[in-house]
Amino acid sequence: MGTLKLALRMLSRDWRAGELTVLIAALVLAVASVGTVAFFADRVKTALSRQANLLLGADVLISGDRPLPETFVDEARRRGLAATPALKFNSMVQRAGADAAAGAVLADVKAVAPGYPLRGAIVLVDPQSAAGVAAARVPSRGEAWPDARLAARLGVAPGDALTVGEATLTVGPVIQQEPEVASGLLSIGPRLLVNLDDVPATNLLQPGNRATYRLLVADTTNRDRLDAFVQWTQATVKPGQRIESVRDLRPEVRQTLDRAEKFLALAALVAVILAAVAIALAASRYLRRHLDTSAMLRCFGASERQTLSLFVLQFVALGLGASVAGVVLALAGQQILVSLLGTIAVADLPPPGLMPAAAAFGTGVLLLLGFALPPLIALARVPPLRVLRRDLPRPRAGGVAAYLVGAAVIALLIGVQAQDVKAGAIMVGAIGGLLVAAALAAWLMIVVLKRLPQRGVTWRFGLANLRRRPLASSLQIAALALGLMALLLLTVVRGDLVKNWRQSLPPDAPNHFVVNVLPDQIDGVRALVKRETGADVPLYPMVRGRLTAVNGTPLDTAGLADTRARRLAEREFNLSWAAELPRTNRIVAGRWFDGATGEAAGLSMEDGIADSLKLKLGDALTWDIAGTPVTAKITSLRKVEWDSFRPNFFTLFAPGMLEAMPQTYMGAVRVPESPQGGAWLSALVQQFPNVLAIDVGEIIRQIQTIMDQVAAAVEFVFLFTLLGGLLVLQAAIAATQDERKFDAAVLRTLGASQAQLTAAQVAEFLVLGALAGLLAAAGATATGYVLADRVFQIPFAANPLVWLYGVGGGALAVTVAGWLGTRGTVRHPPLEVLRQLG
Amino acid sequence: MSAPILRAAGLTKVVTSGESPLTILDAVSFDVEPAASVAVVGASGSGKTTLLGLLAGLDRPTAGDVWLDGHALSGEDEDARAALRQRLLGFVFQSFQLLPALTALENVMLPLELAGAPDAAARARTWLDRVGLARRTTHYPKQLSGGEQQRVAIARAFSGEPKLLMADEPTGNLDAATGIEVAELMFRLNREHGTTLVLVTHDVALAARCGRRLSLESGRLVGDERVAV
Repeated sequence: MGTLKLALRMLSRDWRAGELTVLIAALVLAVASVGTVAFFADRVKTALSRQANLLLGADVLISGDRPLPETFVDEARRRGLAATPALKFNSMVQRAGADAAAGAVLADVKAVAPGYPLRGAIVLVDPQSAAGVAAARVPSRGEAWPDARLAARLGVAPGDALTVGEATLTVGPVIQQEPEVASGLLSIGPRLLVNLDDVPATNLLQPGNRATYRLLVADTTNRDRLDAFVQWTQATVKPGQRIESVRDLRPEVRQTLDRAEKFLALAALVAVILAAVAIALAASRYLRRHLDTSAMLRCFGASERQTLSLFVLQFVALGLGASVAGVVLALAGQQILVSLLGTIAVADLPPPGLMPAAAAFGTGVLLLLGFALPPLIALARVPPLRVLRRDLPRPRAGGVAAYLVGAAVIALLIGVQAQDVKAGAIMVGAIGGLLVAAALAAWLMIVVLKRLPQRGVTWRFGLANLRRRPLASSLQIAALALGLMALLLLTVVRGDLVKNWRQSLPPDAPNHFVVNVLPDQIDGVRALVKRETGADVPLYPMVRGRLTAVNGTPLDTAGLADTRARRLAEREFNLSWAAELPRTNRIVAGRWFDGATGEAAGLSMEDGIADSLKLKLGDALTWDIAGTPVTAKITSLRKVEWDSFRPNFFTLFAPGMLEAMPQTYMGAVRVPESPQGGAWLSALVQQFPNVLAIDVGEIIRQIQTIMDQVAAAVEFVFLFTLLGGLLVLQAAIAATQDERKFDAAVLRTLGASQAQLTAAQVAEFLVLGALAGLLAAAGATATGYVLADRVFQIPFAANPLVWLYGVGGGALAVTVAGWLGTRGTVRHPPLEVLRQLG
Repeated sequence: MSAPILRAAGLTKVVTSGESPLTILDAVSFDVEPAASVAVVGASGSGKTTLLGLLAGLDRPTAGDVWLDGHALSGEDEDARAALRQRLLGFVFQSFQLLPALTALENVMLPLELAGAPDAAARARTWLDRVGLARRTTHYPKQLSGGEQQRVAIARAFSGEPKLLMADEPTGNLDAATGIEVAELMFRLNREHGTTLVLVTHDVALAARCGRRLSLESGRLVGDERVAV
């Protein structure tokens, strides 16, 4: 008990003397960065699994590209399960009778029957309450419920009329939230809920419209009959039909979240590693500063164990306090993440849980154990004779064994964070490699600096300080460069890439796709577009078909490792035919048809999809096109410039095979962006209600918004990394405080003014920060180049601003931080310092 | 008699350690004429080093004042005192106090550069040559022996051509032979340049080489002995 009291008293003395600032800050930072990500991920994941069936609107969802046979609903009802059908498709929606300038909007239309949803609820906007009000029914016949976005874009209010296809419906209440997570590009669009019985009147279910037919099933009486039904369904579904249950809800959403969590967690881990470096530095300084205390305690008769427990108790108290503070900060941090990722993350998050708090807390305690315990053990071993003989060798902090403990702690943290040791090791290995490379580069630069002519004592002295501790300087530079680089990449370089990509698009790239044009509408649509916009719109035929067999063997989609490929293979393809190779296509294997027609000429596949589906030149592909099997061999593979934004097809048949099949037409057109941009859409939709016009710009804007939000969140997490770098700097400054005081005293004695002393220190940090910024800018530019050249395949233009922000920002941040850390060293009376340290 | 280059008047230093104040230096007064050599002697703890620190303006007295070449130190702030030191003083310490990050040449250049001398490197080289270290200019302190380090420190002290050289136990950390060598060098340069020397030591032989000996005992000046050298 007495030991604890003494330990706390010693701790508070050190705290007041500012001996522990860096140690505490490093611990708080590590706990806060891990906690922020853990809290956030936990809340989103808990929300997803808790609300899984609510989001699905049912326990099980069966869906298909064509109407589902009655057997499913019959079987569900026979087993005592609730079932309700629904239908989803895209359509242009327009305000009825309004002036044409109001325009038409492409919406995601969902048609539902009474009983929908079986789980969860449709929440309607309620002026009285921000949380909205749950709907007690579905839209009645003749009624349409838009979501808030659609209502705003159409400028409609309850009571107005709007047209969907050939039907005119009355606007009902506005939807605030409905079950179902958005997935896929088009379903990001605004939504409209209508009654299933109104669908025939719209006359939209033409052969080319990609409608999804659904059956929602739920075990509302909880009689455990679901599993058997799911088994039966799995055995019954045919190609083109899918079953989703709560368990495999939106695997892509869950997968994306998992990946995002891992990435953020590992980014946070970089901050933890930097914090660990700072803790190790601070603990070894603590060791040096407390040697005398420890020797004195031993002199007065304290045993090694008592001495050790005295110091360990202090550190445990310190660790607990700092970890609690870190958790509190993390609670604030995760709230910032939630607001940054606002519209992407699921609404209605549960409150932060206990597990992430425990994990963050554990991180703090482990770090302290791994990196501060070894110096403490050394401290307890100080020979009491040190009281008399100051020149006795200093005990070292445990050597290799000590670093092993630290390495084990870091490895453990990586394992927990990545939940996958290999991926974690790769990521941390890459970061470690980056750090080593940066440190090497920094070391080289320090060597080069030494060779440059140096004018003036302040510069000479500042630079001498850098090269006096080349290892420590390199490490600080590398740590800072890492944080800076991440931020540069996410801000300047990302902006450049997006801008360059936009500029790389041909100026005449189409900005609207017109799809779903029926054969007898071709001339009418072309004439209308020409009349309204002055542009010619070439229309290409399109037939929908499912790939059923390769070389006579039924297609086994389960054998495809790639989930994207599996999804593609399970859906219907858009098939087309052409006599001439499209302008934006290039043959990479085999030969183009060149006048050949019919089955012998075969078909041409896009290179990438062929690769995903493991198809090769010469394979015979069998397609099910509206019930008719069609077989053709792959005679060529093509590369397609997708970002030309021109109509392109994965599969092109030779002329003479598909012409008799049910078909629709599609095309792309560039419409000048203008306030009247909507007028041609209105005219188009009024005359051809089934035709869909997709605004490419709108989709790009939506993607951009999501990218911006994600980038902001990642930036936020990387701020911890930069803070970690600055902490390493502070710890290094603290570790060299005595040397700096001594230098200042000698310089003072020799007649240096305070301004000269400050200038020398500023010079040191200016160079340190500028070198870190230089490395960061080089790293960010190199990464930007690789991304542009290899990943996005767009021209890369180095941005001089990266260098300006990197070098300028790095120099400024480090100088301020360094000056704050060292300004005390020039204030002590020289004689006192020389006596103490000389 | 010419005006004193250094004057101490009623110098007192009291530190408060624990409850009771402790008087380290008690009303010490003396004048030093230009080109004199003065040894301050006394037992350990008699206040020698404290006195030297006050004389150089490295610390502030509790009472009394110091005049360096006619300038009262009490009225000056830390920067102004530093400027005075730069103009007037050279220092040699027991533990050399070379900056470990700088080479021998850079250490010697330091006071010159602080004073803004344009030919600092050339002058520093000359001084290293005069102390016999022309070949060690690019070495760092830790690569030099104790005697060599003290010679660098002497070159540094003289490089600014100070009017007054203050030395605190300059041979204290050296073996006897090296100590004699270093003392020889210091007195020779002192003579050649007409520098005033104030030396703190308890080395009797060293003190005997000075023209005047001030004895301290428990912070009080108890003896002021002049001899012909």
